[in-house]
Amino acid sequence: MTATATRPVITGMGAAAPTGLGVAVHWSAIAEGVNGIAEITRFDASGYPVRLAGEVPGFEATEHVPSRLLPQTDHMTRLALYAADEALKDSGLDLAAMAPYEAGVSSASSMGGFEFGQRELQNLWSKGGQFVSAYQSFAWFYAVNTGQISIRHGLKGPSSAVVTDQAGGLDAIGHARRQIRKGTKAMLAGGVDGALCPLGLAGQLASGRLSTEDRPDRAYLPFDEAASGHVPGEGGAYVVLEDPVCAAERGARVYGQLAGYAATFDPDPSAPEADGLERAIRAALTDADRRPGDIAVVFADAAGVREADRAEAAALAAVFGNRGVQVAVPKAQTGRLYAGGAALDLVSALLALRDGIVPPTAHVTSVAADCPVDLVTGDARPLTGDAALVLARGEGGFNAAAVVTRTD
Amino acid sequence: MSAHGVTALSIDEFTRILRESAGEDEAVDLSGDIADVLFTDLGYDSLALLEVAGRITRDYGVALPDEDLDGAETPRAFVDLVNSALSGS
Repeated sequence: MTATATRPVITGMGAAAPTGLGVAVHWSAIAEGVNGIAEITRFDASGYPVRLAGEVPGFEATEHVPSRLLPQTDHMTRLALYAADEALKDSGLDLAAMAPYEAGVSSASSMGGFEFGQRELQNLWSKGGQFVSAYQSFAWFYAVNTGQISIRHGLKGPSSAVVTDQAGGLDAIGHARRQIRKGTKAMLAGGVDGALCPLGLAGQLASGRLSTEDRPDRAYLPFDEAASGHVPGEGGAYVVLEDPVCAAERGARVYGQLAGYAATFDPDPSAPEADGLERAIRAALTDADRRPGDIAVVFADAAGVREADRAEAAALAAVFGNRGVQVAVPKAQTGRLYAGGAALDLVSALLALRDGIVPPTAHVTSVAADCPVDLVTGDARPLTGDAALVLARGEGGFNAAAVVTRTD
Repeated sequence: MSAHGVTALSIDEFTRILRESAGEDEAVDLSGDIADVLFTDLGYDSLALLEVAGRITRDYGVALPDEDLDGAETPRAFVDLVNSALSGS
């Protein structure tokens, strides 16, 4: 295989999610149907139309983040440091033994450090410029997670941040593949996001896509006839992608392969050929050299907005046929994590392939008749096959699709 | 005499502000005798010192120009700079 067609392998995974801290806790919570959606506790949301969110439980920053980094990091950056740390440890990569430019970081972000930024903006207008933290200069910034992770672990290879809303979790991983194909040995890639503060929630409310339903098990019902928007969440995941030859040489444990990836952009939404997601699915399958029938499960984007659910169901039906492939939505237990969501889905997809199960989608009871998807609900189903498709859509027309395969 | 009525900053008080504003490197013990240890050896970069300077400016009501801070490479030098600004010399 030539370098331009290298399919990187995933050798490490880390997660901080509303379903738990760490990959193992997240995955067992998904299997057990634990609901990570609950009333917002990070601030008093009683005066807001949206009062539910997926918050990462039990995260004590002082236990996981060095003292020097506490004054300079937003909550979501601290979660990102946790997930990155877990992924690197899990991979067993000996960074000290690698040349400084052989490993890099690729992160997705949709908002940046809003909670930190809000506090400093409040200092600015209530007390004056002298009261604004010097760390505001970068703590709010989209690229801050990439920078902090790079500095903490000495990852000096090609590093970047992509901002494509919820598609970012896959786009960051796709970009990491590009860097590996250019010769970088290992890339830490993914996204951890979250803005559960008044400023962040106000921005998200403007999208008109948030559910105002107050019951945690009824607020986010993707593909359900009662879908009423989504619940915002925080968290996400990082994975370690490696050149397969390098991974084999060091005897790394391999979760699977990034077999295919594609990104597309929607045309004007009023155009009849608004088929960006379908094009992304087909392109990712072609890139993976796979046929639709090879895909054992799809981890859907699952907007939870009726029109967007219909569009995703139509794209799936166009490629796989009506109810032609099993669909899983672990997001129903976390809310939508923005740039973190698809990275976490990719982790879940690899674990589903490893364990041979499709986790049931929680809370959805009545799949809408106009959404011809085989959504797995109730009990987990066996998964037969070696390939999973992960989909993600970002507001403004971003679409991304990734095919991951088991490699044993 | 500063606007806040404080006439001098001690090394101990400076260390407390340093710890609160910029944290503490795991490999460093700030409770030891650090007055003449270089900030770089204590694990602090220029941004950390900018944060500390902002805090002291607010708490002590004293202006600390950036160009003066550049030469303050140890806690003692930084404290001396603050105290000379406080005494108006």
